[in-house]
Amino acid sequence: MSGYVTITAVLAAGVLLFVAAMTVRRLLAPRAPTAMKATTYESGVDPVGEGWAQTKVRYFVFAFLYVIFAVDAVYLFPWALVLRSPEIGSASLVEMAIFIGVILLGLGHAARRGLLRWV
Amino acid sequence: MTGLSLPFDLTLTIDPWLEVVLRAVAVLAAFLVLPLLVGQTEHKVMAHMQGRLGPMYAGGFHGWAQLVADGVKFVQKEDVTPARADRWVFRLAPAVALVPYLVALAVIPLSPTVVGADVDASALFVLAVIGVGIIGTLMAGWASANKYSLLGAMRAGAQLVSYELPMVLAVASVALAAGTLSLIGITAAWNPWWLLWQLPGGFVFLVSALAELQRPPFDMPVADSEIVFGAFTEYTGLRFAFFLLAEYAGIVVMSLLFAVLYLGGPAGWHADGLGWLWTLLKGFAVAVVVIWLRVSWPRMREDQLQRLAWVWLVPIALAQLALTAIVVVMTQ
Repeated sequence: MSGYVTITAVLAAGVLLFVAAMTVRRLLAPRAPTAMKATTYESGVDPVGEGWAQTKVRYFVFAFLYVIFAVDAVYLFPWALVLRSPEIGSASLVEMAIFIGVILLGLGHAARRGLLRWV
Repeated sequence: MTGLSLPFDLTLTIDPWLEVVLRAVAVLAAFLVLPLLVGQTEHKVMAHMQGRLGPMYAGGFHGWAQLVADGVKFVQKEDVTPARADRWVFRLAPAVALVPYLVALAVIPLSPTVVGADVDASALFVLAVIGVGIIGTLMAGWASANKYSLLGAMRAGAQLVSYELPMVLAVASVALAAGTLSLIGITAAWNPWWLLWQLPGGFVFLVSALAELQRPPFDMPVADSEIVFGAFTEYTGLRFAFFLLAEYAGIVVMSLLFAVLYLGGPAGWHADGLGWLWTLLKGFAVAVVVIWLRVSWPRMREDQLQRLAWVWLVPIALAQLALTAIVVVMTQ
């Protein structure tokens, strides 16, 4: 029996847990909705303006960096499996050194341009 | 896998579908018990570190049933969905935050035989699944229609993208050292030298794990003095409790993962029979360290958080990767 079938069953168990817990809550918890209770909580004062405000997203550079680096990092895992093979082991070491070198160069460039500072 | 694998080597030939159900139930039971153990440990360890007693009444003996009582309380609380909230996204978010840790727990081996689900590339699978949990936080923050919630969720997202990379690199280094992507294979390949050899990677992993769990000192996304309780501000009752459960389940998953990757998992005295206990004990020790760090460190500022990841952890993890690869090629 493949492990993935078990994982699917575990996933189903998780969904079931959530549904069952919410059913129990529905049976036990009181329900007395008021307009006051349903207002947005802003530390006790009346909410000001919209909740979905526009803001300067300072971290988008980090998101870009992450996408680039994470795609690179994925290639490291297959490498882990072939490093010990006698034919391409040592050669792959050199190749990976070049690969990581390019990544480091990119990170250094980003740091030098001041992109790794939050403000 | 022709039978149910238990610590006492009871090999029965049972219906494969029944086996699947039993495994899922066992994983679910572990998922409901272990986070409570960690939570109670946190109550007591934190209290004693701060010269307090912690919970003492619930259940009688040193307040052992405190979290059970908390659960009973949470289930009886009113479930409030704010009027401006994006209703269904808001209500689904706790499940999306919680279930990934359940699935992650299923593939972490306590010993080569005691494992919920044995899959080939479990190291990769567990990393992928853990990353899904953040979507629950983002859903909660966005759907709450609350400024604090949105800020908290954005901080959580930013934190995850920054710390995911050093964590993946650290795990890649371990996979490289073991020559396999299977967590069971990694524990089989482990030997005590790894404690030294993989030490920088282990440090990077532990720090990244803390950050991904948003535990102090990396709890900027829920900083109560600035944004109330971040993405969880609008939640009440059981849905709120599920977010808390997700945090403690996360500690369990990360601690066990650390024990399996860096501390040899089942390696120890009578590893054949007691391996599962060793993994649990090592994981528990790591969880205590996680709690200890919460008591000892002040919260970091958001920009300090980002700098730590990119300026220190990523280069350390890359250096560890190079070291691992060179040692592997030199010693074969």
